[in-house]
Amino acid sequence: MRELFVARKSEFNSGDRRIVVNDHGREVGVFSQDEGYYAYSNYCLHSGGPACEGLMINRVQEVLGPGKIFEGEIFSDDVHFVCPWHGFEYDLKTGECVGNRQLKLRKYDVIERDGDIYVVA
Amino acid sequence: MDIPFKNPPPSEVRNLAGGEFSTVDQLRHAAEQAVTRKYRDFVIVDVDSHHYENESYREVFKYIDSPVIRRAALESAERPGRSSLLNGQVGYQDIGGRITRQRGRAREKTEPHEQRDIVMTKRWMDSMGVDYACLFPTPMLFLGLHPQPEIEVALAQGYNRWLCEQILDAEPRLVSMLYLPFNDPEAAYRTVKEFGHRKGVTGFMVTSPRYKPVHDNAYMKTYALLEEMGKPLSFHAAYNWNDQSMAMMNRFISVHAVGFMMYNMIHLTNWVINGLPERFPKLKVMWIESGLTWVYSLMQRLDHSYMMRTSDAPALRRKPSEYMREMYYSSQPMEMPDDKSILEATFKMIKADTQLVWSSDYPHWDFDLPSVIYDLPFLDETAKRNILGGTACKLFGIDPKVVKKIPGDVVSA
Repeated sequence: MRELFVARKSEFNSGDRRIVVNDHGREVGVFSQDEGYYAYSNYCLHSGGPACEGLMINRVQEVLGPGKIFEGEIFSDDVHFVCPWHGFEYDLKTGECVGNRQLKLRKYDVIERDGDIYVVA
Repeated sequence: MDIPFKNPPPSEVRNLAGGEFSTVDQLRHAAEQAVTRKYRDFVIVDVDSHHYENESYREVFKYIDSPVIRRAALESAERPGRSSLLNGQVGYQDIGGRITRQRGRAREKTEPHEQRDIVMTKRWMDSMGVDYACLFPTPMLFLGLHPQPEIEVALAQGYNRWLCEQILDAEPRLVSMLYLPFNDPEAAYRTVKEFGHRKGVTGFMVTSPRYKPVHDNAYMKTYALLEEMGKPLSFHAAYNWNDQSMAMMNRFISVHAVGFMMYNMIHLTNWVINGLPERFPKLKVMWIESGLTWVYSLMQRLDHSYMMRTSDAPALRRKPSEYMREMYYSSQPMEMPDDKSILEATFKMIKADTQLVWSSDYPHWDFDLPSVIYDLPFLDETAKRNILGGTACKLFGIDPKVVKKIPGDVVSA
């Protein structure tokens, strides 16, 4: 593994994504989100879809009122990215598959140096 | 692992909101799978895939014989989104936009002189490593619920003729089991007579959500004709959220999970218990898009009851499961239990080596790739190849010649 250039920090804003290909042809998705950077394997754990290239959407959460009465749904603050092939959702901060958190995408280190962003992949 | 690809993947994610959409790009990982698993070495047939015939309604409706219904249909095609001649179903299959190809496909480019459905279909076929695909409609899967049987008949006739002339005659890699207007038994019979010998017509398909029992005497001459012609009869599952039982469920996930099994369970139960396999022993019957677990369950349920109530099923000479084991089942959406021994038992129970046929259901939301079969640890290479294409070639009378061109496959290019 080695450091691979992702983007100039000034050009990689919150909400942006890049796909970086390593020396073995494997794709890594790199996310910029709220001052943080996250990098994961771009191969969905379900059937190999481009997991990092789909919709980014917050987690849907059930709202229960007093007496465990269903009151509706809201979007929580947790950001997910969704594999566009079948809808498998992943937690942006951990890479965990939301349907089964024992499953995690391979995570890669992201480095910031001299105004540039690199991923170790 | 090195991926033997000619071209590196793109270096930046597209703008999902407005950029061009590319099926080949979104399926490039499927093509990688096809290359590394060497699908170039054997034929793959998809027995259940789809196009969106509603995108071609203006053309399809011109083929309707009845001038009155044709006029009404063409008029309705000019004002989409308002009350239509055709029935629909509530169903947010794209999971609120999470399945991005559903919206993206409208932005995919094809050449004006090309038949768009053919071009779009061949793109995903090559990416997955599929040589031949059986193409079915999408909104018409609910047409069996239309309150006017004459509309089902008119649409089936127009669609079947359009499909034969515009797609099946033009593209040898595409075949279809044509839509049977089952709510009108005489029209169903006429459909088999009219289209049974057309190029690319490999059988006939009944959409399962409907309320006509398959053992009604009115259908016997159609079954006899199909048996004589050697054409398979298939039942394609779907759901009906307006069914009283289904209406109790509040989520699409629930209606989809149960509904796609329920209608096929009912039709298959009627088919077997009324002894239709005894009446038409050479008629090949296929059950599409209900997964596999329902078969495993129903075999045991029917056998258990049959041994105590043989008088209730006097036509049978064997246990229900024995007839069921001679039918064909499409694989998608194939359940994947964590414990693969459960799946292995299911395969054994339905005699998967000879009776299971792989299907993708692409481009629908829960499609399967060939790897769902190819990667199973308990299948040998012969079984894998049978399920992925060999059995379907025999069933459909397709020459098992490999014709696909997997994008980026250096060896087969």
